Amino acid sequence: MSLRGKTVIAGIGHTKFGALPGRSTISMNVEACRKALADAGVEKGMVDALYVKYPTSAYESKYGQTLAEAMGLRPRIGGVWDQAGASNASMISFAAMAIEAGQCEIALVAASDNPKSGTRQAYEKVRNGDGVASYGWFGIAPGYAMIARRHMAQYGTTHEQLGAVAVVCRANGADNPNAQLRKAITLDEYLASRWIAEPLRRDDCCLVSDSGGAVVVMSARRAKELKVKAPVPILGFGQGQTSWEVAQRPDLTATEAVVSGKTAFKMAGLAPKDIDVAQIYDCFTITPILTLEDYGFCKKGEGGPFVASGAIARGGALPMNTSGGLLSETGMPGMQLVIEGVRQMRGEANLQVKGAETCIVSNQGGVMHTHSTLILGQRL
Amino acid sequence: MSIPEPEITPVNAPHWQGLREGRLMIQRCTKCGHHWMPAREDCPSCLHDGYEWVQASGRGRLVSWVVYHTAFNKAFAGRVPYSVAVVELEEGARAITNIVNWRDGLRADQPVELAIEEEDGVALARFRAV
Repeated sequence: MSLRGKTVIAGIGHTKFGALPGRSTISMNVEACRKALADAGVEKGMVDALYVKYPTSAYESKYGQTLAEAMGLRPRIGGVWDQAGASNASMISFAAMAIEAGQCEIALVAASDNPKSGTRQAYEKVRNGDGVASYGWFGIAPGYAMIARRHMAQYGTTHEQLGAVAVVCRANGADNPNAQLRKAITLDEYLASRWIAEPLRRDDCCLVSDSGGAVVVMSARRAKELKVKAPVPILGFGQGQTSWEVAQRPDLTATEAVVSGKTAFKMAGLAPKDIDVAQIYDCFTITPILTLEDYGFCKKGEGGPFVASGAIARGGALPMNTSGGLLSETGMPGMQLVIEGVRQMRGEANLQVKGAETCIVSNQGGVMHTHSTLILGQRL
Repeated sequence: MSIPEPEITPVNAPHWQGLREGRLMIQRCTKCGHHWMPAREDCPSCLHDGYEWVQASGRGRLVSWVVYHTAFNKAFAGRVPYSVAVVELEEGARAITNIVNWRDGLRADQPVELAIEEEDGVALARFRAV
């Protein structure tokens, strides 16, 4: 039995993006959930499932129950997901499966973190591996830089191609009134940006943001009964995970987007050529290049030329990250991409892609350890 | 500021002791012959719980490398720019390491050979690109 279109995203909500000093992750989650429920036109008392991504910056045991208490909820099912940036799309998938399995009817899926004003300790920790700290192996950006370097060596990917991703996302963010960073850049400005971990520059790296985001998931049937104003159907979803740390991964440039995308496309009965707009996880500029090729929008190794061709820009064949993505809208790990996908499918995005009927959303976590894909369809 | 010292455990001690004696010791599964790094109790290939310590040849290839221009840990603040690399040993195990002559220019898949160096009292399995 295919779950294609069985469930919908009925409501979306988010906080402001940027520096929100003094805001707890619980409060930002509650704000996002309050707005998502209002957007869906659903009373809190109808919610019977709560899935939440734990704040990466500061682990907290039983975080889901703490959030449920803050909202006065008694979920029938739910939990805290630990797949880093892939968590949001994965939680939406699990909510969809739980709904279809009769385990719940209306799910809230939420994520919040405050690395900008709160702690960033988790991001400074040593990468896994015996003694790697003695060799100076720290940080997330260098993990992606290791992958980027290999991709450049294997496929000839250039700095200018990495820069093409930054230029597109920054241009889209500049036009988004809600974006944290509203400053477009040229390729020359990108190339003058300082090195962080070569081959990645500052402008290859996503923002650090305080933020919260949430969506309401329910069955298409329930959305109709409740007269939800703009339910967006979930046509397909899929996940993929590798557990190898970067050094241990047999092929540094093969990502879990392959299996995740294949699973989602199969459920949706669609192929890359059927996708009108894309929200692709852009924690670093190399990530969309890898994801687009592993999804099959171009051949393996041709992600660089693809992004530099204009295909992902406004008016291109596959407009990408139309609200600015992690590079420009907010560094929030993934939920903003789902929310923008929903806006596109409702026809109410700030940079609306005219006539767009399908949107692919990628969420991705760790240093390409986890991947999760959603394919959304035009509002019912 | 000194570099962080490895945390020596009963499982990884032969690796770090070997480096102090000028040898790169890695684990090999006594059932399937798979070699691995970093040290762990069970074979990640066949899950067998028996292994032996063997001396690696010290030859391998450079998989990828990065150059840190930002210190992500304060012990390395005075060391930037520095390079961290992934090396695949001839035996198949993979290591996070430093390439001692990275400033001369590197290329992917370049052959490397073991160049053990002591820094702040820690013997490290670094490599030289050849």
